[in-house]
Amino acid sequence: MTDAAARLTPEVEADALLAVRGLHAWYGESHVLHGVDFEIGSGEVVTLLGRNGAGKTTTLKSIMGIIDARKGSIRFDGTELIGLPSNRIARLGLGFVPEERGIFASLSVEENLLLPPEVRPGGLSLETIYELFPNLRERLYSQGTKLSGGEQQMLAIARILRTGARLLLLDEPTEGLAPVIVQQIGRTIRRLKEQGFTILLVEQNFHFAATIADRHYIMEHGRVVDMMADADLSARQAELQAYLGV
Amino acid sequence: MFELLGIPPQALFGQIMLGLINGAFYAMLSLGLAVIFGLLNIINFAHGALYMVGAFTAWFLLQYLGIGYWGALLLAPILVGAFGVVIERTMLRHLYKLDHLYGLLLTFGLALVIQGLFQNKFGSSGQPYAIPSVLQGGQNLGFMFFPNYRAWVVVASLGMCLATWYVIERTKLGSYLRAATENPTLVQAFGINVPRMIMLTYGFGVGLAAFAGVLAAPIYQVSPLMGADLIIVVFAVVVIGGMGSILGSIITGFTLGIVEGLTKVFYPEASNIVIFVIMAIVLLLKPAGLFGRTA
Ligand SMILES: Nc1ncnc2c1ncn2[C@@H]1O[C@H](COP(=O)(O)OP(=O)(O)O)[C@@H](O)[C@H]1O
Ligand SMILES: [Mg+2]
Repeated sequence: MTDAAARLTPEVEADALLAVRGLHAWYGESHVLHGVDFEIGSGEVVTLLGRNGAGKTTTLKSIMGIIDARKGSIRFDGTELIGLPSNRIARLGLGFVPEERGIFASLSVEENLLLPPEVRPGGLSLETIYELFPNLRERLYSQGTKLSGGEQQMLAIARILRTGARLLLLDEPTEGLAPVIVQQIGRTIRRLKEQGFTILLVEQNFHFAATIADRHYIMEHGRVVDMMADADLSARQAELQAYLGV
Repeated sequence: MFELLGIPPQALFGQIMLGLINGAFYAMLSLGLAVIFGLLNIINFAHGALYMVGAFTAWFLLQYLGIGYWGALLLAPILVGAFGVVIERTMLRHLYKLDHLYGLLLTFGLALVIQGLFQNKFGSSGQPYAIPSVLQGGQNLGFMFFPNYRAWVVVASLGMCLATWYVIERTKLGSYLRAATENPTLVQAFGINVPRMIMLTYGFGVGLAAFAGVLAAPIYQVSPLMGADLIIVVFAVVVIGGMGSILGSIITGFTLGIVEGLTKVFYPEASNIVIFVIMAIVLLLKPAGLFGRTA
């Protein structure tokens, strides 16, 4: 284990659901992640904070296997993910909500919702999902991309709740959305946490992140450079603002 | 006997029927091209050659194994589809990330090689293939004689096209295909084996060409260049309908076959070029094709 990992992740070591160690990733020739270390315990909500271009999205895509050029170690529930294709990784119980949402234009809302196959038993029922996102039920037969931005985000989250995935990777789910929608997504994430989902949340909006996460990792230049427990966040406000440049 | 616009009805309906038959082949072949292009991003120039291989497979099955038309209609698409899977695994899959041009060049080369091998063995002359006995004869409709086999070709191809459309637009498997056409990376990240789906889709598209080849065997002779002439027209059909559109390729295929037939009646001199003239006009007015999604 690297020094950074030892410093950043002492307490959840034993029962980490996801442990990322010395993760490097490349886009072609361009070396983007330079040894990322962090971990998430089962049932935790953890954020990756950091400026634009810090490597947050790349980290999620490397975990999902969407970026194949990666080195180091990513262990999920004891299984090494490096070297596995993304379809095999998803089948282990990971659900991904991409930054651009990825709603399919040639599919109806219902088809979008039912697209991801069930990977494990124990996903939410459609009833529960419609209760969480009542708008979706009303728009089931619309074209997926005819939904508003907020509804598309809800659809992107809703469709991975059905599948039985235990670890959800959410890439900036509040980006560009109105405050009411942001609150609704916040409530949803808290409910998912109560239901036992483990969530890795990428955020630029740390006010939002602070309301729902247990811990925060700070990324800079392709590395995790710091970790803050949610309880320490107000005490370390100045530090955090310096990291994020706000 | 009555006449329509100075044309004897036998001639008029006869040409419409021939046009419908041609249209059936345009539709099946352009449908396969559309499905393949959608998912693989490859313009499959080998399509005409594989249609020919389908017809020859029917001929081989009869000649060497005594398997008749109906068996061939089932087996030839499976065998040629499997050959397509081999092509996809060994060659095409290396090209997905490159420009369309590479896929086009590779499949064009494949078409030349396949056709060359068959020409080497069989020359350019055709091998006859008999109409299956239950479909011999025809119906006298009063104003024209409609051969049973041709009616069957129209019904079979229409059925095949509609079944394909149904699967793609109305089923779960079809929603995977449509989604993977838009964003294969994300579909795979949901746990779906997209590379396998791509492989099977190519096999299916190629199998559809072979199915058309078997249907064609009793009408046209089974000859090494039977697909080479057809595929040029089919590409024009694809351009007119809009590359990648499923319903567009079916409707455009049948319609252009009939338009071509009518041109033979009213202005025979133009019948060989009418589809290309329409293509030029469509390209000028609607470059993405009649049913194409504008990029
Ligand atoms: N597809 C790509 N090709 C090349 N470089 C990329 C690509 N996507 C992102 N990058 C680069 O990788 C770095 C990290 O990007 P990203 O992970 O998207 O950051 P974040 O999500 O934290 O804003 C940035 O410097 C970005 O320019
Ligand atoms: Mg990002």
